[in-house]
Amino acid sequence: MSSLSAHLPALQVVLPLLSAPFAVLLRHGGFAFGIVTAGAWAAFACAIGLWLQTGEAGIISYHIGSWPPPWGIEYRVDRLASFVLLLVSGTAAIVLPYSRASIEHEIPRELHYLYYAMFGLCLAGLLGITITGDAFNVFVFLEISSLSTYVLIALGRDRRALAASYRYLIMGTIGATFFVIGIGFLYLMTGTLNIVDLGERLRTVEDSRPVLAALAFITVGVSLKLALFPLHQWLPNAYTYAPSAVTAFLAATATKVSVYVLIRFWFSVFGETLIFEKLPLPQILLLLSLAAMFAASFIAIFQDNLKRLFAYSSVGQIGYITLGMSFDSVNGLGAAILHLFNHGITKAAIFLLIGGVVLGLAKNSAVPNSRGVPAGAVPPAPTFDRLAGLAKRMPLTCFGIVLAGLSLIGVPGTAGFVSKWYLILAAMEAGQFWIVAAILLSSLLAIAYVWRFVEVAYFKPAPEGTTKQEAPLGLLIPAWLLVIGTIWFGLDTSFTVGTATEAALQLVKAGR
Amino acid sequence: MENDLVLRVVGKLLIPFILLFALYVQFHGDFGPGGGFQAGTISAAAIVFYALIFGLDKARRIMPDRLVEAMLASGVLIYAGVGVAGLLLGGNYLDYFVLDKDAVHGQHRGIFWVEVGVHITVCGVMLKIFYMFASRGQDGEE
Repeated sequence: MSSLSAHLPALQVVLPLLSAPFAVLLRHGGFAFGIVTAGAWAAFACAIGLWLQTGEAGIISYHIGSWPPPWGIEYRVDRLASFVLLLVSGTAAIVLPYSRASIEHEIPRELHYLYYAMFGLCLAGLLGITITGDAFNVFVFLEISSLSTYVLIALGRDRRALAASYRYLIMGTIGATFFVIGIGFLYLMTGTLNIVDLGERLRTVEDSRPVLAALAFITVGVSLKLALFPLHQWLPNAYTYAPSAVTAFLAATATKVSVYVLIRFWFSVFGETLIFEKLPLPQILLLLSLAAMFAASFIAIFQDNLKRLFAYSSVGQIGYITLGMSFDSVNGLGAAILHLFNHGITKAAIFLLIGGVVLGLAKNSAVPNSRGVPAGAVPPAPTFDRLAGLAKRMPLTCFGIVLAGLSLIGVPGTAGFVSKWYLILAAMEAGQFWIVAAILLSSLLAIAYVWRFVEVAYFKPAPEGTTKQEAPLGLLIPAWLLVIGTIWFGLDTSFTVGTATEAALQLVKAGR
Repeated sequence: MENDLVLRVVGKLLIPFILLFALYVQFHGDFGPGGGFQAGTISAAAIVFYALIFGLDKARRIMPDRLVEAMLASGVLIYAGVGVAGLLLGGNYLDYFVLDKDAVHGQHRGIFWVEVGVHITVCGVMLKIFYMFASRGQDGEE
């Protein structure tokens, strides 16, 4: 048996993928939890290993089935891929232990093993999208992750979860179809599916109409999946009604991996000359990003449901990521990649903490009986009228949400500040000071919606007879790990900024 | 349709041949049109045919839900297991060359097991979908 480290790219996807069928075969929630969690932790270990390897060796290429590219499927890990792999597998490794305590009250017990199987598939799909160097393989993994995501969202107790999942299914399928049509056009023009090979061969035909059509289809399709502003309609409901752990995992990974796909196709396949010099794409992206930053954040302020508020905030924050992409500079792209990571962990922390709040509400409202929460009861939504004086009841949870909220605003000392800082640097480098002003102004909107929570939780009087009732440790520890992460990456930026800059340098060099 | 003598006799006659044809499609996939996916649907069709004639309950007795669910998972495991076998024998993931001393023979062996996995999973999925639609309103769901 050859050394393990040479096979990390394959193991990265195969281990979580294998955990899913085992979970189905075992038909037991506890065993399924064990094996899928083990798969996720192994994937996290693989991601760390790959990150170390790309730091030394640059780009790693792995040939599936020993068929050399461009004929065979290649797994290709560069700095950007390893960074996203770390984010996805790391989030899964933290969210899965949280699931154990969280889904107990949200999903009927006989479905638990299926929840874990779907989680394993979703994780394998997202990791596969990131690691593969084959355009059609991206589509296959996109479908694996999307289909399992629809199931995970539909597992929510609230009946509206079904409608939300269906809506996402329609939008997601349109997105995936557009994506595969685009790939079809590219294959038609070049006769290859390997991403590196595609990038080289497209140079000779890049002005032809099918290539432009391919670019349009792929851009719109992926934009649907990443919830770029006017195409975000599926996101708020999906995040609001999905089980808490699912919301946290998706918010940190699903849209971020889609952003990764867009970066990959723009920079590695179509190339910057086509995207940024011949077509008005950067201007369009800039406008949509600004619209997201303002409109979605503005809508967020008026939401009554805490989960929905932060879902709209996600749409707004994706605007910052795409804004960074639109600058066409190493700094801009670096800031986009950085914010992709920083926002991922911040949002995961917030949604995990809200999961604790939802659980607390469910416990308070339910008539206590021997089985805890009665089956079939819809847990009360975390609306603001129910959250009055929450800080008295759940001080740690509230403090965590406030800290992560500060990171959304971009207060110095948090991860959100670092990425906004680099975004502003990139805007100044491009000489567009009005964008700097726009970034600062939109941060004010973030203050407004985070303040709504602070006001209700800390300054509204708690209802009579409120006792301290903190979320269970099984929920608090994973959530606080991520909260500490947002502070840590706000103070020590060597890992995040270093990797993001290296990733941006690699992409920009390759795309010219 | 349980009382229709003609259907029952013809069905009993046909089902073995349908299953046999599925195996033909399965193993001829190397040389002509066919393969695990098509063969899986054909063998699932045999069970669906049986269920249509003799009723869902009898079909569920020969192919219980648990078995169908296990088929879903084990097909994927067989497929992925071939990949892992390649790893263990010193090749890359899904490397069929190392599965036998003779590389071409190794390729045959690899694709054979992969197609077996595909067959089992596709057959399981088809039956699962059929059961879910056919049993609506019977299992006390909605």
